[in-house]
Amino acid sequence: MYPSRLQSWNEKVFYFQQTYGTTECVLGPFMREIGMELSGARILVDCLKREGVEYIFGVNGGAAMPIFDALYDETEVKLIPMRHEQGASHAADGYARVTGKVGVALATSGPGATNLVTGIATAYMDSIPMVAITGQVLTDFIGSDAFQECDVIGVTRPICKHSYLIKSCDEVADVVAEAFHIASTGKPGPVIIDIAKDAQKNETLFQYPETVDIRSYKPQVDGDPAQIAKAAALIKEAKKPMLYAGGGVVLANASEELQELTLKTQIPITVTLMGLGAFPETHPLAMEMPGMHGSCCANYAFTDADLIVAIGARFDDRVTGDLDKFAPNAKKIHIDIDASCIGKNVPVDVPIVGDAKNVLTELNKLVDTADIDPWRNQIQEWKQKYPFEYEQKANKVMPQYVIEQIYEHYRDAIVVADVGQHQMWAAQYFKFTEPRQWLNSGGLGTMGFSLPAAIGAQLGCPDKTVVNINGDGSYIMTIQELVPAITMKLPLKIFIINNMYLGMVRQWQELFHNKRYSAVDYHDNPDFALLAQAFGATGLRVEHPEDVEPALLKAKGINDGPVVIDFIVDEDENVFPMVPAGAGLGDVIRGLS
Amino acid sequence: MSKEKRHIFSVLVENRFGVLARVAGLFSGRGFNIDSLNVAETHDESISQITLVTHGDAQIIEQIYQHLNRLIDVIEVTDLSTGTHVERELVLIKVATDDPQKRTEILQVAEVFRGRVIDMKPASLVLEITGDEGKLKAAIDIFSTYGIIELARTGKIAMMRGATK
Repeated sequence: MYPSRLQSWNEKVFYFQQTYGTTECVLGPFMREIGMELSGARILVDCLKREGVEYIFGVNGGAAMPIFDALYDETEVKLIPMRHEQGASHAADGYARVTGKVGVALATSGPGATNLVTGIATAYMDSIPMVAITGQVLTDFIGSDAFQECDVIGVTRPICKHSYLIKSCDEVADVVAEAFHIASTGKPGPVIIDIAKDAQKNETLFQYPETVDIRSYKPQVDGDPAQIAKAAALIKEAKKPMLYAGGGVVLANASEELQELTLKTQIPITVTLMGLGAFPETHPLAMEMPGMHGSCCANYAFTDADLIVAIGARFDDRVTGDLDKFAPNAKKIHIDIDASCIGKNVPVDVPIVGDAKNVLTELNKLVDTADIDPWRNQIQEWKQKYPFEYEQKANKVMPQYVIEQIYEHYRDAIVVADVGQHQMWAAQYFKFTEPRQWLNSGGLGTMGFSLPAAIGAQLGCPDKTVVNINGDGSYIMTIQELVPAITMKLPLKIFIINNMYLGMVRQWQELFHNKRYSAVDYHDNPDFALLAQAFGATGLRVEHPEDVEPALLKAKGINDGPVVIDFIVDEDENVFPMVPAGAGLGDVIRGLS
Repeated sequence: MSKEKRHIFSVLVENRFGVLARVAGLFSGRGFNIDSLNVAETHDESISQITLVTHGDAQIIEQIYQHLNRLIDVIEVTDLSTGTHVERELVLIKVATDDPQKRTEILQVAEVFRGRVIDMKPASLVLEITGDEGKLKAAIDIFSTYGIIELARTGKIAMMRGATK
């Protein structure tokens, strides 16, 4: 036993190091041997280290103070203080998206936890591995409407993969190990750990479980060989086959296998908004993104195809349009880790439950070059006839032009987009070639996602340039996170496509609501360049087309902190092509004129 | 909606707090209906059994099955309607016996349904009847004519026939 006069953690560690000459990361087992107890919060932090956590994004508050205290003198797990809990959850999300590792967010009880909710739901919809830790009021106070009390488990139940309420410090180690296992395996997703304040403070012996075995959770990663053989046979027979890959390919790190399948079969491929980069958009077989604002080529291909091979994609309504008119002639093969995703929206002929990487590896052994020259020629014809295009209006900064210029000068950058018109233009005009190069909130469509997510992305990939393409509406929703970005001197390139409107909604009002522009006029926006300067970042404003390129080049040279460029773009520009909600993919509107 | 069918799911879950809420939330969140629900510990006290009756077309039932399976705390899901099974439900009926002459009649009717009297007071008696849905409905219809004061039923429990689980 250690002398009882030692009170603080530091004193105990110092005593321990002096006596046993060991370092902190192996303290757990030794301390157990000598009967030294640790607080729940200290155990939590030690568990995070064992899970390889580098960063934890949080906002401090009453019911989480013991955890923040344990992180105070911690060097292996770095605490990143954010300015709003929503920022913390998006930053953890962005970190997870670029690294493939589990992102960790931390907040206090009540309002801290409810502020995390949007970020948790965002991660859930896009299947991002995340562990969100929330402080909870003292065990005896739970259910008493105590100060800053909220039933976090209840609130988050429909938007997380799983959740835990820890009432005793004895549960901490097992729960953390399970939470990381669940968040990162199978179909990834956010897991909530709600931990009562007394469980953080009370002390117990620490033992980290060597392995995690949950009898009720065994994700199926290997596809059924018979089904894979059936799929290969269908692929062989098809005259008009197409590949349709989604975010699941990125999550499963299966881009190489996807590229092998595409190149081996020479079947045209469309990659969804969530999967962009899984197959290089610059390749001749790439039909670019499908769906509401996707390429005409991909949408016409869906409508005409006789076989669709869906890989880690979920036939989202933004991709399919009117289901009755979707791919009427096509048989469907659906590869997905989540059995409940298969057949949810579209009937499937060959379902294959499994990890995309494993299934594609097996499938690739059975396929050969497809004999489909007429179909390939048809695809090339559509591709050439209907590229993404826009009209350059005189003296206007066209938003698409800005994206093209960003692509020209930041080709290798990680691009984090927000939600709205700029997101669609970025998806259309930036040609992604690498998985995890493109981050956006595709499922939930969370405005305010991108700036904090870019912070997480930059910390996850310190050697890469991170470009944040934002809208004027979405930027201001989480603008406060400029503060930690400046404090950490992160060289973020924040490019605002500013059309002084909630542009996507304005577009729908123009097309479907008789131009009644209700609550979308953002001409009262502040001057974002000046505002950036007030925060302490570099702020530039671009109002003329000829200034776009010089500003982007200037931003390249500023690397001691974030640079914000406010691009004042044409207010009236809409995103095309467009498949109106409820219409079939064949009814795509190519442009207004 | 002619293709809608009634299904009985037997769901084995971890015996922990919050599990029922997860199962129920799955239904409410997707607009599926629960017709009957029963939860109790099994012979293994770490496992609870949820017997759940729902209805829907083949696609909805498949979704329910997959989503139940997806819950972390769910150990096993069986759709009992896919094979031959036995099902039972227990109902307690408190019938008014203000008129002493009626009492004999009520007891005779109870006999027909193999009901047992488990409480008797001057003005009422409580009957326990088990059976499948059809039998219980018939019993309830008949006793309604005598005046049901109170009624409580367990929700269905069910099991596959034969040695397999």
